[in-house]
Amino acid sequence: MLSLTVNGETRRFQAPLDVAGLVTQLELDPRKVAIERNLAIVPRSAYGATRLEEGDRIEIVTFVGGG
Amino acid sequence: MRITDTEVERYARQLVLHEIGGAGQQALKRARVLVVGLGGLGLPAAAYLAGAGVGRLGLVDPDTVAVSNLHRQILFQTADIGLAKTDVAAARLLALNPYLEIDLYPERFEAAADIVGSYDVVLDGTDSFPTRFAVNAACILADRPLVSGAIGRWHGQVGVFRKRPCYRCLVPQVPPEAEACAEVGVVGPLPGVIGAIMAMEAIKLIAGAGAPLDSRLLLFDGLTGASRTVHIMADPACPACAAAP
Repeated sequence: MLSLTVNGETRRFQAPLDVAGLVTQLELDPRKVAIERNLAIVPRSAYGATRLEEGDRIEIVTFVGGG
Repeated sequence: MRITDTEVERYARQLVLHEIGGAGQQALKRARVLVVGLGGLGLPAAAYLAGAGVGRLGLVDPDTVAVSNLHRQILFQTADIGLAKTDVAAARLLALNPYLEIDLYPERFEAAADIVGSYDVVLDGTDSFPTRFAVNAACILADRPLVSGAIGRWHGQVGVFRKRPCYRCLVPQVPPEAEACAEVGVVGPLPGVIGAIMAMEAIKLIAGAGAPLDSRLLLFDGLTGASRTVHIMADPACPACAAAP
């Protein structure tokens, strides 16, 4: 198992898990959000290659576009 | 570029800042800043830049003032409803600082994109993702720093993009059912907060002060009062900057 902090809450996931898998499990629309991992935005094309580690702090950043 | 005695008096409170000083003030006077979108973000940003002594501002917006703008676009007044935003904003900014020179573009950014190279810094506070993508592309092409601010509901995001990573390394595709202020709402002071930060970032870029939000995104949540700054990395597959020279 893999323990992550997602939006401030500790959650457990089946390991191994990459960012693409996390997006799927959380049922997120990747067009609407950025995934922040340990205070860095993960580039979209790197989702599949970014393996999540025990204790990673994940924030789901919803894009806003208003002015 | 000489700073007159009356200008010294006008800018006294920022001239004493050692990060700005005489050299920074001269840089501000020489600077040309393009403000895309005269809404909740662009207006306070433009007002602070006018106040700070930026020499020339370009204002881009095709719209007229609407009554629903007034809860957050406080440079406008009730009597301005129906008037061109560029005209009203220009009058208010010149009243604030008569040293300012202003270029008006009362049109969609897409029709004026080739003007970007005539400015030193670009501020984007528009309310549409396709326009944000167009501003980003024009800034990459002209190699101009982009100060990008965005708001929705209680949440604001602001960052500085210099070619790579670019705005689309953060937002690769137009989000479906995008959260525009017209649909989801926005609390009035939020664009004031984010617009003021955009102006501050522009002043830092121009004066060479401090650490601009390059490759970073400042996230502000008005509901909790919490903010944090996160890093943005260039996406090697970015549809906008990956192929740029």
